[in-house]
Amino acid sequence: MAISFDKALGDLPAQLTLYGKRSTVLASNLANADTPGFKARDIDFRSVLAAADAGQVALKTTRPGHISAAGDAPGGAELLYRVPVQPSLDGNTVNTQVEQAEFTENAVRYQSTLTFLNGKFSGLKLAIKGE
Amino acid sequence: MSLLDVFDIAGSAMSSESVRLNVTASNLANAQSVGPDEASTYRARQPVFSAVMQSLRGGVDSPGVGVRVDAIVESQAPLEQRYQPEHPMANAEGYVYVPNVNMIDEMSNMISASRSYQSNVEVLNTSKQLLLATLRLGQ
Repeated sequence: MAISFDKALGDLPAQLTLYGKRSTVLASNLANADTPGFKARDIDFRSVLAAADAGQVALKTTRPGHISAAGDAPGGAELLYRVPVQPSLDGNTVNTQVEQAEFTENAVRYQSTLTFLNGKFSGLKLAIKGE
Repeated sequence: MSLLDVFDIAGSAMSSESVRLNVTASNLANAQSVGPDEASTYRARQPVFSAVMQSLRGGVDSPGVGVRVDAIVESQAPLEQRYQPEHPMANAEGYVYVPNVNMIDEMSNMISASRSYQSNVEVLNTSKQLLLATLRLGQ
């Protein structure tokens, strides 16, 4: 019986990548908290996971001019605009407190995925060594 | 590596906020720099921020958006004239021009800039911890 690393780790690596991407988006929101006209954005994590579970296939881009069907976020995640709680006069929709909370939550989720991955690795190690 | 993008984004925000702090400091420092005419008197300055797509900057496929300071604009509010004929800067009619710096505006701007700076430092620290934890994966 061969050990397949792809199957052994499940969708944890994909989750890690997506959390990393989401941290970029949330960091952009926080960075642009004072930029006039900036619209806060976020990834709908649930829909991405649901799409991954349903086994949806993304359109392949074969030439540099091709536009990805899933929008401008890589990895199939669609970037959506946040509904502002209290929009400001300069058109900025960033709510620093909301973004900070989301960023912290995202970091915790990233770390929990890391912990699960570490568990997988130690399990694999145990299987390889047989001790 | 998307977590490395966070460093660029938070870094761009920190440098923009520090420009804002610098401008505020120069406004506060020159609040009493009176002049003999409108043209040579100090005017309050404000930085103009704008968003920059990371993918346009580095050519990488990143959803991140950084910040940059587009311009520093001078306030066009009218300068206050003060009648001080004994002042060395006074013009022929005995008036000096006072900069249009609003102390309250500047102080609130300073606090807002330092808070934004702090939140970006927080983002940077968290991302650093996540990256270091990722490096230790499987050990």
